Amino acid sequence: MASHLSSGRINLSVLRESYRQEFLELLDKCKGTKALVWDGALTGPIDLIADYTLLKGHEVDRMWPLQYGRLPSSNVQNIIFITRAKSSLMDIIKDNVTKLDNDRKELHVFFVPRRSLLCEKKLKDLGIYGLFASVEEYSLDIIPIDCDVLSMETELSFRNCYLENDRTSLFLAAKALMTVQALYGVIPNIFSKGDCADEVVDLMMRMRRELGGRDMQVPPQIDNLLILDRIVDPLTPLLTQLTYEGLIDEIFGISNTFAKFPPEKFNASAPGEASSDPKKIKLNSSDELFAEIRDRNFNAVGNVLSRKAKLISAQYDERHAAKTVGEMKQFVSKLPHIQAEKASLGSHTAIAELIKEETDTDEFRASLVATQEFLSGAETDKASPYIEDCIAKQEHLLKVLRLICIQCYCNCGFKPKLLDYYKREIIQTYGYQHLVTLHNLEKVGLLRTQGTVRSYATVRKSLKLLMEDVNEQNPNDISYVYSGYAPLSVRLAQLLHRPGWRGITEVLNVLPGKTREEFQQIPEWLRKRRASGSSVHSSGSEQKVTLVFFLGGVTFAEISALRFLSQMEDAPVDYLIATTKLINGKTWLDSLMDVFQAKPVNPF
Amino acid sequence: MALTADWNPLGDVFFRKFDLCSMQWSDQVDLQKSIVAAAPFGGPIALIRDEARGQKISGVASKPLIQIFTSAGKELAVIRWNSGTILKLGWSNKLDLLCVQEDGSVLIYNIFGVYKRTITLGQEARDVRVIQCHIFNTSSGTTGAAVLTSSYRIFMVTNIDEPRIRRLAEVPGAEIPPSCWSVVSLQQSTHVLLAKEAKLYLLDHELHCEEQEVPINSPVDSYIEMAVSFNNKYLALFCSSGILWIGSSSLKEIYCEFDTKCQKRPQQLAWCSTVAVVGCWEDILLMIGPKKDWIKYTYDSAVHLVPEIDGMRIIGNSSHEFLQRVPACVEEIYKIGSMSEGAMLFEASKEFQRGSQKADEYIRMIRDKLSHAMNQCISAAGHEFDPVNQKALLRAASFGKCFLEDQKSDFFVRMCQELRVLNAVRNKNVGILLTYQQLQHLQVPVLIDRLLLQKLYWLAIHICQYLKMPDIEGASRVLAHWACDKVQQSGIEEEQLARAIAEKLGDTPGVSYSEIANKAIECGKVDLAIRLLGCELKAAEQVPLLLKMGRNQLALTKAIESGDTDLVYTVLLNLQERMPRGEFLMSIRTVPVACSLYLQFCREHNRPMLLELYYQEDNFQEEGNTRIADSYEDERFETRVSKLVATQDAFNKAKNECATKLTEEQIRLMRFQRKMEEETNKPFLDLSLHETMYKLIVENNQKGVEQLRKDFKVPDRRFWWMKILALSETGDWNELDRFSKSKKSPIGYEPFVEVCVKNRNFEEAQKYMGRVTPENLVRCYVKLGKLEQAAESALQSKNAEDLNFVLSKCPPSNRALFEKIQTMRNQLGAK
Repeated sequence: MASHLSSGRINLSVLRESYRQEFLELLDKCKGTKALVWDGALTGPIDLIADYTLLKGHEVDRMWPLQYGRLPSSNVQNIIFITRAKSSLMDIIKDNVTKLDNDRKELHVFFVPRRSLLCEKKLKDLGIYGLFASVEEYSLDIIPIDCDVLSMETELSFRNCYLENDRTSLFLAAKALMTVQALYGVIPNIFSKGDCADEVVDLMMRMRRELGGRDMQVPPQIDNLLILDRIVDPLTPLLTQLTYEGLIDEIFGISNTFAKFPPEKFNASAPGEASSDPKKIKLNSSDELFAEIRDRNFNAVGNVLSRKAKLISAQYDERHAAKTVGEMKQFVSKLPHIQAEKASLGSHTAIAELIKEETDTDEFRASLVATQEFLSGAETDKASPYIEDCIAKQEHLLKVLRLICIQCYCNCGFKPKLLDYYKREIIQTYGYQHLVTLHNLEKVGLLRTQGTVRSYATVRKSLKLLMEDVNEQNPNDISYVYSGYAPLSVRLAQLLHRPGWRGITEVLNVLPGKTREEFQQIPEWLRKRRASGSSVHSSGSEQKVTLVFFLGGVTFAEISALRFLSQMEDAPVDYLIATTKLINGKTWLDSLMDVFQAKPVNPF
Repeated sequence: MALTADWNPLGDVFFRKFDLCSMQWSDQVDLQKSIVAAAPFGGPIALIRDEARGQKISGVASKPLIQIFTSAGKELAVIRWNSGTILKLGWSNKLDLLCVQEDGSVLIYNIFGVYKRTITLGQEARDVRVIQCHIFNTSSGTTGAAVLTSSYRIFMVTNIDEPRIRRLAEVPGAEIPPSCWSVVSLQQSTHVLLAKEAKLYLLDHELHCEEQEVPINSPVDSYIEMAVSFNNKYLALFCSSGILWIGSSSLKEIYCEFDTKCQKRPQQLAWCSTVAVVGCWEDILLMIGPKKDWIKYTYDSAVHLVPEIDGMRIIGNSSHEFLQRVPACVEEIYKIGSMSEGAMLFEASKEFQRGSQKADEYIRMIRDKLSHAMNQCISAAGHEFDPVNQKALLRAASFGKCFLEDQKSDFFVRMCQELRVLNAVRNKNVGILLTYQQLQHLQVPVLIDRLLLQKLYWLAIHICQYLKMPDIEGASRVLAHWACDKVQQSGIEEEQLARAIAEKLGDTPGVSYSEIANKAIECGKVDLAIRLLGCELKAAEQVPLLLKMGRNQLALTKAIESGDTDLVYTVLLNLQERMPRGEFLMSIRTVPVACSLYLQFCREHNRPMLLELYYQEDNFQEEGNTRIADSYEDERFETRVSKLVATQDAFNKAKNECATKLTEEQIRLMRFQRKMEEETNKPFLDLSLHETMYKLIVENNQKGVEQLRKDFKVPDRRFWWMKILALSETGDWNELDRFSKSKKSPIGYEPFVEVCVKNRNFEEAQKYMGRVTPENLVRCYVKLGKLEQAAESALQSKNAEDLNFVLSKCPPSNRALFEKIQTMRNQLGAK
């Protein structure tokens, strides 16, 4: 199962296996049959580590979502709450626990990824701490999402750091990186850009000192670590991703490798299947076709799909050519594979159609056009009629905020009058409750007034962020992922190895936050390295591996761009991507919003 | 002396019994009159005068003494016993001395007789008294104790470090005392075998009691003694008739029944490894093998038997012997007439040293098995206690190596190293009489632990360095223990201590300074502790101790440096509890990270405090934001408004004009909405201005709309959109038409077309086509579905891009049109 994790340059199934063991050991500590009560935000991630069949083998009989009310009755011996360390969740646990039938069950709490003093205090304050036979911590720091992607799945990381000055997630990120180093060796070269990134490097250095030499167990498999702070490039996630996977995320949302689609386009394979349920599809590199098209510009996906369709029907036709029994047998043995391919083709064709419906709409096109204009710096200092119309038509607030933030970034801040105008328009149209959100955006710097430096134009020119004549079908530059805009973050990663950051010092100085380079000493006997027989495909001179860690989130398009870089001819490095959370413009801005639900006013 | 002189055959195998050392306790001890407890693996020995066996010195109520010796009989400590009557002494696997009293309490001492703690085996044991006790090691590596009370019930703890008392099942026939019993620990379960006369019962941990069928042929009156082997797999039962039954502890296998012809209960019955059972009657030792073979040894004074994993130690008043089956490799080499490779090599080596050419002959004989011969000699060396023999065998191995080209020397080197270590710890000043096999079982780190327990730091650290152990497991650990011990010593200046420790430990990786500091705190040496903590790298260890010592500010700084939020909260909550509020707030004020975290905490747990903090810090912007959030929590209109007034005030102080204005507008809007609700009896509150106006348009309340438009200065552009959308929603096409003519539209007329099309009113849409600007005309035609007109209009304005757009919208089914547009495109391209 899930062998795709081991198909990348760095075998991530090792990481998963270590987390799996840890989890099973925790489960086994609770002797007897168990019911797990899940914090909803954890089911997805932990499912990627250990699925239900595996848990069943460890006497897990029941699984329930963590919610208010009475837990279903059952005759399990243990009830285990698996939860993030969030204060509000403790209230739910209390509610569950106090409503339990008074039969003898052992209660346990597992905190993921860390136990927290505040939550334990809260449990004590609620008077239920003593009821638990054990309070454990399951340090699931970073989850292997795919063969080259790791995510901590903490959506509030950027908000906590930049809005609330709460650096917990940096600590957790450093811990996650220590976990990675424990399994894959100490990473010799570290580069970072941005203040939070700088802090993570500090913490890593500190943690390594604390280990006192206990980390020198494995030869290093990863050569470089690049930590990028989202604040260095807040623009990229605001833009609409135009890769296949990126668009799926933009339109339908991908969560823990799953996306849900309206079912109509999919031929229900089982007739009994209720057609009103959304169709849930798993998206990862174990699906060959998806692996081939995920990183492509959407405009290039159609060709691949039709080519694939022809290929499959040709394969089916082979059965006519099969004359002898032997040939027939060979054909039959290939059949399951062909059928799987066909099913996959069917799904992706349906998804592509759904996406096309969306991208063909006037709204989608108009918004792309407007974005392109902002990016090229045209008329960014005036109120944009397009944005005004969007507001007037009460289009989704997140869309409007996204556009305004893009304009603001490209204009290096608004004149105070324009900023006030936009704010007023939003408040008048969407309501006063969004004022705090606007203040939040100002506080993190996504909305701001003009400073003296006009850096965007400089950065855009010297890093060649805008490319003319993009070849969407056979790209030669990363800018294809946004049809003409090369993501700043990935450009930085690209230039790090060729020609090196020393050549772009000026640009780096313009971008926010510290730039840093560190070298971690590795004992002589561990230095050389990787068994040569590990991969058949490796060419003579081995590519180095760089781990790019995006603090504050990364988009699928950025991941695609990095994959593209490592597949280019004589690419100097292969990339492994890690992040605090997989994001897109919507989810990212959403994490910065403060939503208030007004209580109904009492008429008396 | 022939090397086989101390060998005795037991059936077809040989046993040997040899002196480990002479006992230094010589005159101090009489085993005859003592209760003895010796720890396995050559561990220490504890003794106490046995009241039952020895004669009481009449008239003098002397307090008994517990003496602790090393295996070599060197005194380590003396405990003057003040407590109750001791029933049994024993050692835990961590070498703590366990003293079990009649009242069921177990007093625990360290190897130097320092009291550590007491555990008890329950109220019932205390009430009715304990009459017998067993101390045992479980298969999971813990040490447990089981007691038999005078009411013939058994209570047991399987781990003295985490005592959980279990009462075992009752045995039928409560009035008859058990004749003998023992604890058997296999895999996960620990159970008790108990004999009542001729019946044997198994008491498991789940409160079952089951009678066992013993496969024995001889008639049995009563089992009066039993012994379980070191690995718990084998069992020996001694019957009152003198029959000794030997079998597996599961009672499934039987090895033999042996008639000892002695009906007296042996003083001790024990296993020698797993290969023989030894019984001890006064001065006679009888060893019985599984095939009824036997050997008898006689002594002139009492001895004590200590079963070991690979044999048995026999402690006497003056000597300390080891009894074991001769290891195979040793037998191969030394056995008279042995022709094994090892024996040949050994001979060759001896001849070589004598300068005899026979050496060559011997080597030739085993030429192609030389490697095996070497290994035999090396292994045999390991089993020898006398360095002379060790050397001779190793020399033989090394001689053999000369004839081999690519022989790996790992085994040889390792054996030399381990023997050197073994010889060092067997020294009479150290007195750990460990065999090679026992060391393999224990592993070196455990041996180091034992040396640390005996405070033999110098030897320990030299062994670590000699074996090149990583610092973390080796030298650092030893140093840390040394330092902990050091800080507990009194009479040395703290300053001097700190310097001494820092000098020795320096930057040695992996030393836990906090552990040492904690010891210092326990001894009340606070200054020393603080000095030591300064060297601690792990904040998670350092911070709690700093707090414990009241170094709040330092604790806070260190917690923040670690980046560990939880640690910072530990400090914050701790300070909050211990300090007056004002002082607390002042102390975190200058630390931004602490402030932010405390604010975060207040945001969830203490809203009033949050406002107060912002107010205090003149952070009016955040105060405003917080007040907004709070206002939405309120259910009463007037309080909500008054909260917003306070918000407005805060934003004003923050000099945030825009927010001030917007808040003021919101209050005005709410008042208006309230009024509308009263007038129309429809909900308006919590709608935005835009939504309010939209609703009013839909409800055709012109006056209200106009008032709001003026009061709130709604821009024309948005107002037009609003009105167009609202009117189309109600389907009031006439009003829409009138509106379109009221003045020139600031957003053009395309939106009019758009809304009509959206409501599928194409006829109405047509009306506005005339007023659509030429550049938008094509798209409007497309929206209306009039592709042909769209194409023509594109052609007219010579706009190729538009034409392509029309083409893309043209369904392939409409061939004629499709071709027509393509012609048009060519036309344009030509021009």
